[in-house]
Amino acid sequence: MAKYDNLGNIKAEITKCMKCGNCQAVCPIYKELFGESGVARGKIQIAKELLEGRLEYTDKLKEIFELCLTCKACAANCPCGVKPDEIILATRAALVRKKGLPALKRYIFGALSKPKRFRMGMGMAAKFQAFGLKKVDKKELVKARLPIGIDKRRVVRPLANKSLLTQMPENNRVVQPRAKVAFFTGCMLNYIYTDAGHAVVQVLNANDVDVILPKKQHCCGIPVFINGDMETAKEIARYNIDIFSAEKYDAIITHCGTCIGAWAHHYQELLADDPEYGTKAKELAEKSFDVSQYLIDHIGIKEPVGEMNYRVTYHDPCHMVRGVGISDQPRQVVKSIPGIELVEMKKPDRCCGMAGSFSLSHYNLSSRIRDKKIDDALAAKPELVLTSCGACRMQLEDGLYQAGSDIPVKYVAEILAEAYSSERGAAIEREIG
Amino acid sequence: MLPGNIVNELVQIVGKENVLTEQEELAAYAFDATADIPKVLPEVVVTPCNAEQVQQIVKIADKYEAPLLTRGSGTNLSGGTVPIKKGIVMVMVKMNKIIEVDYNNLTATVQPGVIIQDLNDAIAQYDLLYPPDPGTVATATMGGSVAECSGGLRGLKYGVTKDYVMGLEVILANGKVMRCGGKTVKNVTAYDMVKLFVGSEGTLGVITEIIVKLIPAPEARKSAMATFKSIDDAASAIMGIISNKVIPATLEIMDNVTIKTVENYAHVGLPTDAEAILLIEVDGIPEVVEKEAQAVARVCQENNGSLKIAETEQERDDLWEARRAALPALAQVSPTTVLEDATVPRSKIPDMLKALRGIANKYQLPIGTFGHAGDGNLHPTILTDETNKEEMERVHKAVDEIFEVALKLGGTLSGEHGIGIAKQKYLEKEFGEAGIEALEAVKKALDPKNLLNPGKIVNV
Repeated sequence: MAKYDNLGNIKAEITKCMKCGNCQAVCPIYKELFGESGVARGKIQIAKELLEGRLEYTDKLKEIFELCLTCKACAANCPCGVKPDEIILATRAALVRKKGLPALKRYIFGALSKPKRFRMGMGMAAKFQAFGLKKVDKKELVKARLPIGIDKRRVVRPLANKSLLTQMPENNRVVQPRAKVAFFTGCMLNYIYTDAGHAVVQVLNANDVDVILPKKQHCCGIPVFINGDMETAKEIARYNIDIFSAEKYDAIITHCGTCIGAWAHHYQELLADDPEYGTKAKELAEKSFDVSQYLIDHIGIKEPVGEMNYRVTYHDPCHMVRGVGISDQPRQVVKSIPGIELVEMKKPDRCCGMAGSFSLSHYNLSSRIRDKKIDDALAAKPELVLTSCGACRMQLEDGLYQAGSDIPVKYVAEILAEAYSSERGAAIEREIG
Repeated sequence: MLPGNIVNELVQIVGKENVLTEQEELAAYAFDATADIPKVLPEVVVTPCNAEQVQQIVKIADKYEAPLLTRGSGTNLSGGTVPIKKGIVMVMVKMNKIIEVDYNNLTATVQPGVIIQDLNDAIAQYDLLYPPDPGTVATATMGGSVAECSGGLRGLKYGVTKDYVMGLEVILANGKVMRCGGKTVKNVTAYDMVKLFVGSEGTLGVITEIIVKLIPAPEARKSAMATFKSIDDAASAIMGIISNKVIPATLEIMDNVTIKTVENYAHVGLPTDAEAILLIEVDGIPEVVEKEAQAVARVCQENNGSLKIAETEQERDDLWEARRAALPALAQVSPTTVLEDATVPRSKIPDMLKALRGIANKYQLPIGTFGHAGDGNLHPTILTDETNKEEMERVHKAVDEIFEVALKLGGTLSGEHGIGIAKQKYLEKEFGEAGIEALEAVKKALDPKNLLNPGKIVNV
């Protein structure tokens, strides 16, 4: 049976924990709340009690298991190789099976399970969001005007007027392609940071890669998975697998920590006992890459000539650095740009505190974790903060705004695209000159 | 059951957010890092934020005669923070301020919830060091490590926690505040109450402030690894290093079972046919370090050890990687890892290692032994499965025998983990009747109602 279908499946993982408490040293939530039930060791032992029937599926239990960013810092620091994130997700899944989802999540996840309805809903939301949001002075950021589930102190990016998938053609071909890839945009690039979505296509094209944007692609489903709704997550996984195996691609490219996690690991885990889709998920996993990983490890990046004179720092998205093990490639991409100075912040791989819907339901706690990240980022004195994940970017933008900083946050692909553009600019100038 | 009003009174002192009463939350305070110890849920968990609150909580425990267990990060290895008599668990982790670093007197004054590593991070910029370094430096609190008198890898040269605690503020069982010791190097005023409270495992009072001694951080260090085909050669090397007037900061040993397990786990290139590996680090003034490193090399070679000296920081890290991997590697082999800390005089290390091998054979149990060879503090680690009843019976017999041998060799039950409940039953073997009576008398004098971490160390 697939890992998350029964709490009993995770028993061996629970047994591996020797209760040393090393997770306390790295858990961002423990560092704020100082509670044993906040840290992996406590949660694992609580899950054990639950599994052995000494605790019940209660609201309190649900509250405890919501307190996890799934940043996987505990897993990376565990001397016994326990994967606490898997134990926590399995418990969340068991809780959802026993107690169902809260009404709001049920509604949202219900919509997510219907790709067409979701796309329409997001289109409508983009049109009508102005009613709920107000613009923050001279910035491309907005705050909630009405209680729409976003904390009123928080600044976010509004939804783009048109989604990336409607802005861009399905086929973005080059003259002499070295490869043909499918771009899995994910929600952040599709609905919010559409410029960065363009940048991904642009840098791939600049490296002589044909980029296809399958129009019917859907959310990766990880927000649903993280919340324990494994059945909806499986539905979404199968849907995306169908879309991306309809045609033959050399690779599936993402530019989001969470999306790459879905393709690289989670689809396989979810569908482990589905002979047809399990196999397909495994095949696709082997050719799913973050754009930086693809450029550096697989096709060899065309080094830009255009100079970008910035001092930048890079924030590692948790699901990318610990989930998939991508940390060197985005840095190599950045370093390939002439003129860029990459200054590492302290603990670049510490969680930003966003964790998707966690930052909606626990804004205060999420902000305290974020502020530590912002302090570390600002101490590196960057002119630009880079990352590879839309959720992290949104959190960093809010954090920098709250700290009174004007430093922009961008995706790695955007800075590379800019370097290629300035190079073209320079080339044109030379021709004219 | 706690009297009805106690929770309300606790809430009034520390606020609702610092009092936990629900089963799900209490379940996270029913254990510590010790293997093979039954879990017991407390009835309430309270987290004070200052010494005044601690004092009020102690008074409430006294008033209602409720058991009160003081807890830091709960990383100890003696069952010391399992609330076997239920009652109140008081967690000190929010009292985590470094109150003062005094450069003139080379002391630091800290609240009990400060993490050991955080203190060292804070003083590193002044080239100062707080030497005690238990394996849990990144998680353990100062209060917890003082109460447990934790040791670590640097014990041989730098001693253990009790060698660094100079002063304490303690809330006594009756709720009164006592200060003892201070910043002076010399202090013979009355009984040495500081030493009494260090290692008292929360059974005599509640520590609310600690003054510790700091030392100038060593300027240079050099590490080496020596592999030996025979345990006796390794043991002679240990003795030889010290008789050559070299006191390494660390002098660690790993036996063949550990070497094989580490290599299998971490693939760091250890010779799996070696009977023992010594990891040695000397530190201090560069010229002295150089001279001592040469002496260490000579002694190891004289004793048929093959030597590898780390020339760079990277090479040093690679050497220590093997030692760091010892416990994790052993822990991955089986579901339960029973880790002991029986300690013998340095000269008895070979006898102890041989006895451990005999015990492993006799009870048909995998025992990996590693640890602090320089100070005789070994960590025989039994790899087992606590759900296997028959095997656990053999484990318990093996543990009994380990302690018996250690005592017979002139050693002690615990080098650095403490007694708690895990080693309680052996205590009389080391202390004898008169000793136990004296321990009990101390406990009764300071905690007449037996409320502070009751049932630990001694049963009164």
